[in-house]
Amino acid sequence: MPSFDTIVIGAGPNGLAAAHRLAKGGASVLVLEAGAVPGGGAAALAHLSYNLDPRVAEGMDLARHGLRWATTALPTTALAADGNHLRMEGVLGERLSGAVDPADIAAWAELRARLLRFAAVLAPLNAMTPPRPAADPKNPLLKLAMIGLKARMMGAAEFRELGRIFLTNVFDLLDDELRSPLLKGALAFDATLGSWLGPRSPNSVLPWLYRLSGQTEGRQGALGLPEGGMPALAAAMVKAATAAGVTLRCNARVERIDVADGTATGVTLTSGEQIAARRIVSALAPKTTLMSLVGPRHLDNGLYTRARLQKARGGAARLDLTLSALPDFRGADPTHRLLIAPSEHHVERAFNPVKYGEVPEEPVMEILIPTARTPAPDGLHRLSAIVQYAPHAPKDCTAARAAMLAACLLQLERHAPGIGAKVTEACLRMPYDIEAETGLPGGNWHAGELSVEQMLFLRPLPGIAQYRTPIAGLWLASAGCNPGGGVSGTPGWNAALAMEADR
Amino acid sequence: MNDLRHYETPLLPTPFHARTEAACKTHAWANWGGYRTVTTFEDLAMEHSAIRNTASVYDLCPMIKYRIEGPDAVAFLDRLTPRNVAKLRVGSVQYTVWCDDAGHLLDDGTLFRLTETRFRLCCQERHLPWLLDSAHGFDVTVTEETEEIAALSLQGPTSAEILRRAGVDIDALKPFRMMEVPFGMGRLMISRTGFTGDLGYELWTTPDLALPLWDHLMQAGALHGLRPIGSDALNIARLEAGFIITGYDFIPAHVCLREDRLRTPLDMGLGWLIDWEKGAFTGRNALMKQRAKGPDWAFVGLEIDGNIPADGAILYRAQKHEAGVVTGACWSPTLKRNIALAQLRADLVKSPDLWAEIYALRELHYAKMMMRARVVDRPFYTPARRTLTPPARF
Amino acid sequence: MYDAVVIGAGHNGLVAACYLARAGLKTVIVEKNDWIGGAAVSRELYPGFTYSNCSYVSSLFRPEIMRDLDLPRHGLQILPYEGGALMTRDGGYLGMFRDHESNRREIARHSRRDAEAYDRYARDILRNCRLIRPMLMRRPPDLASFHPRDLSELLWLGRQITGQSEAALCDMLRFWTMSIADFLDEYFENPAVKAYQAVGSIIGTALGPMSPGTAYVLLHHAMGDVDGNVGAWGYARGGMGSITRALADSFRAAGGEIRAGVGVQEVRISGGRATGVVLANGDEISARRVLSNMDVRRTFLGHVDRKELPADFVKRVERFKTRGSSGKLNIALDGVPRFTALPEGAPNIKGDLHFTDTIDQMERAYDDWKAGRFSRHPFQDVMIPTMIDPTMTPPGKHFMSCFVQYAPPQIEGKPWTDADRDAFAKTCIDQIEAYAPGFRDLILHVEVRTPRELEAEVGLTEGNIFQGELTFDQMFFNRPVPGYANYRSPVKDLWICGSSTHPGGGVMGAPGRNAAREVLRDLRQPVDHMSDAYAIV
Repeated sequence: MPSFDTIVIGAGPNGLAAAHRLAKGGASVLVLEAGAVPGGGAAALAHLSYNLDPRVAEGMDLARHGLRWATTALPTTALAADGNHLRMEGVLGERLSGAVDPADIAAWAELRARLLRFAAVLAPLNAMTPPRPAADPKNPLLKLAMIGLKARMMGAAEFRELGRIFLTNVFDLLDDELRSPLLKGALAFDATLGSWLGPRSPNSVLPWLYRLSGQTEGRQGALGLPEGGMPALAAAMVKAATAAGVTLRCNARVERIDVADGTATGVTLTSGEQIAARRIVSALAPKTTLMSLVGPRHLDNGLYTRARLQKARGGAARLDLTLSALPDFRGADPTHRLLIAPSEHHVERAFNPVKYGEVPEEPVMEILIPTARTPAPDGLHRLSAIVQYAPHAPKDCTAARAAMLAACLLQLERHAPGIGAKVTEACLRMPYDIEAETGLPGGNWHAGELSVEQMLFLRPLPGIAQYRTPIAGLWLASAGCNPGGGVSGTPGWNAALAMEADR
Repeated sequence: MNDLRHYETPLLPTPFHARTEAACKTHAWANWGGYRTVTTFEDLAMEHSAIRNTASVYDLCPMIKYRIEGPDAVAFLDRLTPRNVAKLRVGSVQYTVWCDDAGHLLDDGTLFRLTETRFRLCCQERHLPWLLDSAHGFDVTVTEETEEIAALSLQGPTSAEILRRAGVDIDALKPFRMMEVPFGMGRLMISRTGFTGDLGYELWTTPDLALPLWDHLMQAGALHGLRPIGSDALNIARLEAGFIITGYDFIPAHVCLREDRLRTPLDMGLGWLIDWEKGAFTGRNALMKQRAKGPDWAFVGLEIDGNIPADGAILYRAQKHEAGVVTGACWSPTLKRNIALAQLRADLVKSPDLWAEIYALRELHYAKMMMRARVVDRPFYTPARRTLTPPARF
Repeated sequence: MYDAVVIGAGHNGLVAACYLARAGLKTVIVEKNDWIGGAAVSRELYPGFTYSNCSYVSSLFRPEIMRDLDLPRHGLQILPYEGGALMTRDGGYLGMFRDHESNRREIARHSRRDAEAYDRYARDILRNCRLIRPMLMRRPPDLASFHPRDLSELLWLGRQITGQSEAALCDMLRFWTMSIADFLDEYFENPAVKAYQAVGSIIGTALGPMSPGTAYVLLHHAMGDVDGNVGAWGYARGGMGSITRALADSFRAAGGEIRAGVGVQEVRISGGRATGVVLANGDEISARRVLSNMDVRRTFLGHVDRKELPADFVKRVERFKTRGSSGKLNIALDGVPRFTALPEGAPNIKGDLHFTDTIDQMERAYDDWKAGRFSRHPFQDVMIPTMIDPTMTPPGKHFMSCFVQYAPPQIEGKPWTDADRDAFAKTCIDQIEAYAPGFRDLILHVEVRTPRELEAEVGLTEGNIFQGELTFDQMFFNRPVPGYANYRSPVKDLWICGSSTHPGGGVMGAPGRNAAREVLRDLRQPVDHMSDAYAIV
């Protein structure tokens, strides 16, 4: 058994990105994956790409390792139950057609440009180790000053507007500018996707700006769909990492991180096997890492308690349907991303019951039918949907799953009459199922809620936002760290950079 | 606790209340932790004199007590406190402190190891949330048991003799050890501990046995000068012994409003408690860093010229540069000196040029004095009888 | 020719006018109603009964202003009140007591842990109060400005914020952005304890306790004090009108003049400067400057010629959020209601009473508001000031003030009807009746106020009691509109001095005082008669 100087726990996009970068830097890296296949959330949960980090794509040369894009600007159709849909084509609804108030076309163009501009100004924050709010010589003051300067260079009015909307809510922001319910519904849905916030929740704009700072193939705000779906993206990352000399072991669940005298010394697997390493990089959620893998005996009570209290409520479920035939969403192009979010009110209403652990009557969802683009050999169709909102801790998990599935199918039937009869297989994974399957606390996709009080230097927790932990040699590199989730590889890459700077 | 009309008596009586009330001629009551306690029963000087000359009883019931029990009790406490709990033998008592992540003191107290897996933690402040949070991930239960225990402190040169007269053989009991004897229908636990720096014991039993215990001791001590004392007399004794009190000598971190008031064990001269080798405990990382660069503050004993207590005085270097603050002070009747405990800037501990600014209000006018202060070793007073085993007979 | 005309005799208009008059400016206040006071009034709406029919308790009113304007000498007396209670659905209650030990033992009845957690919680709230209090009496900086004054304010702000440890700073930022529900989860376990603490975080706000940003709103209600007792609340003896009456007396004593009964039609503007006001009856009052105590939407959209305003300013003002969220029942009672949960003679009835015992229940009440309905199970903040104040009713009779959330500005997109109003009142009275059987029979008279009545009578747009919602996009340098947080407007000599400006609503007086200070600064007048903010040293 060869020895490794670095162990990366978790073969999701962040673990792979970090492993790749460290291996390229000369480290001998072992990646341990609990599951049978690598890829983490990229392979199992996500069905679209919106923020793959260009540093990661280039650094890992994913194109050479098999990443091909089916499209880099996936169009969206916001579905109307009466068939009068809204089509949003180009990047982030560059072109609107169908059910849209004519006044909204110009208003949206202006708002869209502003949002992309604000997101671009803030984007450099994603690619850095968060500064410490206390005076620290390592703080990237120059970079921060540049961000401030760029923001100010937008002009006084825009700068003030950024200061105004920074902590505002999506609902009011949209309501101020737009009228078309389908457009507002679609935007409200996108803005709150994956978060435990409704469009009316204050602070919901900033996570949206984070999302909009992502890009696909150089186009900010664009949605990308890899050929072969998201598992193909994960596969390319695995290939790249392996090519860089990373050793990957699947079915190797880490039971604990071994710590001696405040220093990480290796890991122990559930099999009892111990593997020593000088450096441990956890690409699992920080909450899981600190509470389960390190444990209270090695951590100060304050930090441990904060990890315990860290908010990680998943609000999104994933629905997978196998269909005997292609469903008809009242004429909508099935190769589009299809949204069922008839208005911003619908999105908010879908959020209401989740606050009390209940299931919404009319969930909102994002639908993809990859087989409409590339037919499956078996002739069947596959539909995947991210459904919001789903309770993460209902009183009765089985009943909640059944109720949610029924609500989803009813909602689908409303928009694609006859779809129910075509369903041959249905699988709904609620947040708690996702937690059981992936270990993500609360089934939250961001490995810890992406909310303002858990962003930047507060992510995952104050004091450990710089990827470093109080355990010497233990680093955090998951979506639970700055800047957050999505199949980006950014936190992993940032963490690797921080480790390099530490030498 | 579940009485709906509790608000009619905001301050609780202790289990000894019937006796303390009868003995308290001054009616000088004060709130200690939500209980009615006596500040002076009759005469401060006589009460202090009893501590050093004969014997005293002091009602300890308001001391907050937590029961810590379970297979992981030692591991839990070793992570909670900087001292090595694994080394604490069953039947022994440890003076201890605990800190938050930043190493700032939350409280000090005494830890009793009752069995292999059962401990009692006695302290000044309330910490249930911190203790329960700390218990996550440990097989241990933490229960507040303040109301379930009646405690009495018996302190002074004749205290051992009084216990002998009361029928307890304490000859073999060493300092910081405890023993248990049957008493009435129940049990009495006796620990050789105290807050006076003198020979003394603390007696622990259930509330139903409180009054019989009081009466029994009073009877046994009738010929040995035993008298009840209030917290004013105890305060003088503890200053002579150089003991600190949470909330007076430092502000507990969880209620401290002003960040510059936070203190670590190193700031308070309690570094000797810390076992750096035992492994992780809450605050260790922060304290290691502070140890490396040295603490900003020192906690010192002072002797101050003159005979006016310097309570609350600001300390100066060269009579003009602020250097610290006096947290407790008195004229020591035992030592015939003007003593004080103080937080002092660490770099000035060896300064020969320290002064205390004392304001004495005399007949409507302040006498303002700048008195020389000298850092001296603590405790100011520690008699040999304190640790003598077996204690002398009277 | 006056030096200043102030539109609206609400507390902020009066405060501003008082300071100006005391600086020697010839000042007149114009009030549309026959009475003065705006939303701080005492009115006899039933014979022999004085109603605080809008605002009903005092804590936020800045003591510096009370002192500067000599209000106690003009009759103002604040009575601290005793305790309060939250009644639970299971027939129990959670009381609040002034005494620390009673309070601890009361919480311990529900959770021992929470009883002990309360001290750290109170410390953390106070820490934030300490930081924010000095900001109340300052002019917010304009982020985009390079003016030395803005830069120095920004620097001052930066020093306040960075003058603390990293841990404290992070805690502060988290506190300012979190929902009160999440914040309380970090301290407490008992639902009733959390629900009681959440009260201050939703009052007057169009947000539920699970909305991020509500922890700050709690602070907004906790940063006041009664005689230095931070966070304490009290009654104004004789009703809230005593505050504005004292202000009016102080104003007149300084030579000021009040004209009540005729409102302002329009702000007169010539050559881009405000030169006075035109009244509804056609009278004109000339003045060198105009201060508006009306909310910004009413001021600029209703009383200023659009042509005088830049389009983007108008757009921002139009989008200034003033959605009302509350209603009120003012009730004359024939006797003391008997709340079955409270022990006979318990002091809690002399304070605030509540009937929503979980955060979830409060949040569901908010869900109704979002859907454009009044809450089916509303949150109420009920007070009987006459338990303490003998001046407001005949002996043995009582005045009860019920502040109710949530009540939307419109019912499902349509204006409130009388039937809606009556149904709303019934819902509230039924809720109280459930906890105090026989309550209904004690009622002598009820005045029901929905956002509709608040707008019509007091002039608060959409019935928002803060003259604009207290969310971050409308706070500090964003209040009322980015770039205009300096109490000025695009029209020269037209000033805004109401709660639409920093630091916002509540009977605080700080906006009026800050606006007056800016006016006097521009005039290069000494401001020695204005105290600086008392710090929590």
